[in-house]
Amino acid sequence: MQKHQVLIIGGGLAGLRAAVECAMLGVDTAVLSLLYPVRSHSGAAQGGINAALANMPECQDDSPAKHAYDTIKGADFLADQDSAEILTTEGVARIYELEHWGVPFSRTPEGKIAQRPFGGAGYPRTCYAADKTGLYILHTLNEQAVKHRIKVYNEWAALALASDGARSHGIVALNLQTGDIGAFAADAVIFATGGAGRIYKRTSNAMQSTGFALAIAYRAGIPLKDMEFVQFHPTTIIGTNILMTEGARGEGGYLINKDGERFMQRYAPKAMELAPRDIVSRSIQTEINEGRGLPDGGGSVYLDLRHLGREKILERLPGIRDICLSFLGIDPIEKPIPIQPGQHFIMGGIDTDNDGATILPGVFAAGECACVSVHGANRLGGNSLLECVVMGRRAGAAAARFVQGQASAINQAVLNDTLKQTIEQVDALLKSEGKERLVTLRNQMQETMTDKVGIFREEKPMAEALAILRELRARYRHIGVDARHRKFNLDLLHTIELGGMLDIAEATAASALARKESRGAHARLDFTTRDDTNWLKHTLAYFTPDGARLDYKPVTITRWPPEERKY
Amino acid sequence: MSQTVTLRIYRRDPELDAAPRYQNYQIELTPGLTVLMALYHILENVDKTLAFRSSCRSAVCGSCGMHINGMNRLACETQLAPLGNEVVIEPLPHLPVLKDLVVDMTPFWEKYERVRPYLIALKAPPEKERWQSPEERKKIDEFIDCILCACCHTSCSTAWWDKEYLGPAALAKLYRFVADSRDEGGIERLKIAAREDGVFRCHTIFNCTEECPKKIPITFGIQEIKKRVIWGKLMGKL
Repeated sequence: MQKHQVLIIGGGLAGLRAAVECAMLGVDTAVLSLLYPVRSHSGAAQGGINAALANMPECQDDSPAKHAYDTIKGADFLADQDSAEILTTEGVARIYELEHWGVPFSRTPEGKIAQRPFGGAGYPRTCYAADKTGLYILHTLNEQAVKHRIKVYNEWAALALASDGARSHGIVALNLQTGDIGAFAADAVIFATGGAGRIYKRTSNAMQSTGFALAIAYRAGIPLKDMEFVQFHPTTIIGTNILMTEGARGEGGYLINKDGERFMQRYAPKAMELAPRDIVSRSIQTEINEGRGLPDGGGSVYLDLRHLGREKILERLPGIRDICLSFLGIDPIEKPIPIQPGQHFIMGGIDTDNDGATILPGVFAAGECACVSVHGANRLGGNSLLECVVMGRRAGAAAARFVQGQASAINQAVLNDTLKQTIEQVDALLKSEGKERLVTLRNQMQETMTDKVGIFREEKPMAEALAILRELRARYRHIGVDARHRKFNLDLLHTIELGGMLDIAEATAASALARKESRGAHARLDFTTRDDTNWLKHTLAYFTPDGARLDYKPVTITRWPPEERKY
Repeated sequence: MSQTVTLRIYRRDPELDAAPRYQNYQIELTPGLTVLMALYHILENVDKTLAFRSSCRSAVCGSCGMHINGMNRLACETQLAPLGNEVVIEPLPHLPVLKDLVVDMTPFWEKYERVRPYLIALKAPPEKERWQSPEERKKIDEFIDCILCACCHTSCSTAWWDKEYLGPAALAKLYRFVADSRDEGGIERLKIAAREDGVFRCHTIFNCTEECPKKIPITFGIQEIKKRVIWGKLMGKL
C-alpha cells in the first residue's frame, strides 16, 4: 500500500502544475498517470495560451478584465464571472512563470513573448510557441516535476475512489505493466485527467481521452456540471479528425466552400473566420448540410493557407504542415486542407469551486475534467491551457492547505473495502461468460453521440440517444472480455473504461435533452434562442444506477449583465 | 480490387514465453491506413491479447515508437501502403520487453533525468518574462521538438551495448538547454556531458538523426556539446 498526502490523478498540464505547487509547498505528493506524463494529451494542444500581456503593438490597452469579458461573452454568459476573472487575472503571472521555467515561447522582434489573434478575442492575446504550445508547456512542466523529484506512478489506471460519503481516503488503481490492482492512501486526491472526447466518433482527442475519471467521481456522488456543453472544433482533418489549430485562422487562413466562397461572411461578417468555435463549427456544418461542402470530401470544406506563403507557414505552422503531409498526403503550402468539425473539448466536468474543490471533502479536480465554470457554454481557443495552469495551481494549493490544516484521517477499512470490491469486479469481468463485447457497444455509443448529440440538436434524436445509451448501459452488465493475460491487457482496460464512458455519455445526453434553449455549443433546432429567464443556470447531473438525476444551480454574475452575442 | 498486407508481429509475454515468436496477421489495405490503426484493427477484431502503446495518434505524444521494417518509427504516422506486402513490426530494440510491442522504458527515463533536464537559472527572474531575441530562440528551434519517443536512443548502436551511455535523447535534451540563451547551467552541464558516459561515446554514426521522427539533427547537437567540452578543457574549466 502506497501513501501520500496528495495524490494527483493525471500527468498533463493541470496535474503537473498542481503537483509542482504541492511540492513547492512541502507536501508529500505523487502523480498517478495512465500514461507517462509527457504522453498526455495536453501535448497535442497547438495554437497557444491566452493572457493579457499586451505585448503586441495592437494590444497595448488589453487587460485581464477585457480578457474576462471576451471569455464570458464567448461562454454565452454561462461562465461564472468571478471564476473567469480569476482565470484571466492570475493567468498573466502563470504565463511569466512558465517562461521562467523554460517554455520556449515564440518571440516578438524585441524579444517579448509573441501573441497571435484567436477566435472571439478582442486583441491578439494568445501567447504561442509556433504551433506546438501544448507540447512545449507539457515538457517544461514535466521537467519541473523531475526537478522537484515528484514521485510518478506511470501507467496506472485509476479505477475507483475510496469514499465513506463524508470524505475520500484514496484511490484504487490498476497497474497496466503488471496487471496488479493496488490501493493508494491519500488525504487529498486531485483529478486532472483531461477530456472525454472518445465518447464521440469524430474527435480530435487522444485514444486515451475516455473521461473515465469523470465516472469515478460521478459514481462517488460528486455531480457532473454542464455536461451538455460539448465543443466541436471547426477544423479537424477528414478521416482521422486530427486537429488543425485555430492559429491557422489566427495567422490569416480562410475557410472556403466548394464554390470557392469565404462563407463566414454570411455568418459572422465582422469576425469572419475568427468568430468563436461554436459559431464557426455551426457555419461549416450548415454549408455541408446545404450542399456546399466538398463533393468527395465526406462532409468537409477547405481550410486554405496558401496565401500565407511558404515562409509564414514554415515559421508559424510547421506542426500542422507535418500532420497534413503524414496523414493526408497534402502540403498546405500548395493545396487547401479538407476539414470538418470534430468533438474537441468538454466545457462540463466534475463540479468544482474556484479552488478545484468538489462537494466531497478531500477531492479536487482541475483542467478539462473539471467544470469551475470558466468556459460556460463555449470555450474560447487558448483558454484551456490557461485553465490547466491557473486552476491546476489553485487546486494544488487548496489540496495542500487541506492536508496541512488537519491530521491525516485516512480510514484504512474504507480503502480496503474499495480495493476488495474493485478486485472482485475486475475478476468477475475476467471470468464473465457475458456475450456482449467492447467494440459493438462502444461503436454504437460513439455513433449515437456524434449523430444525435452533436453540433445541431433536437428533442427527438436526443430522446432516441438517451434511450439507446440506457439500453447500452443495460447490455454492458452482460459484457465479457476475451483476453485474460495480466500485463498490458488492453481488452480489459478498454472494457472497464467503456463502463465509465457510457455513464458520462448518458449524463451528457440527459443534460442536453433537458436544456430547452440554445446557448453556446448547445444549439437546438427546436429551441433556437437563448432563454435567460429559465436557463441561465448550471446543470448538475447526479449518478443513479438508472441514469442521471438532474438539478440546477445559479450562475455567478458580477459585472457583465447577459447581452446578445454578436460577432 | 482490395489488397491485403501481412503484418508479421513480434509477440512475447516474458512471464509465459521463453522466447519471442512472430505471428502473422492479414489485413486489408484501405486508403490512409496507418500501422497504428492496423494494430487497433487486430486488437479489436482479431487478437485481443496484442499489446502496444499509443495515445495521441497524431505524432506528438511519443507513445508508439516501434521497429517497423527495420527502422524505428512512430506507428501512428507511418502509412502502411508504401511498406510492401509483408511488414515486420517489432518493439524498440535493446530495451527489455514487457509484452509484445511494449518495452520497459525505465533505462530511457533514467538517462533523461541524469542530464538535469530543466532550465537552470541562477539569477532571480524579472517580474515579467525574460527577453529572448527571435535569433536566440531559433537556436533551440529543432531540439525543443523532441517528444521523447526513444526512437533515437534505441537506434544508437553505442547505446545498445554501453548501458551507461547517456545516449542521443538525453544528450539532445542537454543540448536544448546548453543552446538556450536563458539557461545558466553553463559549466555544470558540460561536466555532465564530459563524463565517461557522455558525449565522447558518440561515434557519429548518425543513426539517431536518421531515425528521429521529428528530424532533429541530434548528431549535430552532440558535436556542438563536444566542441564546448573540448574548449572548456583547453581553457582549464573542466
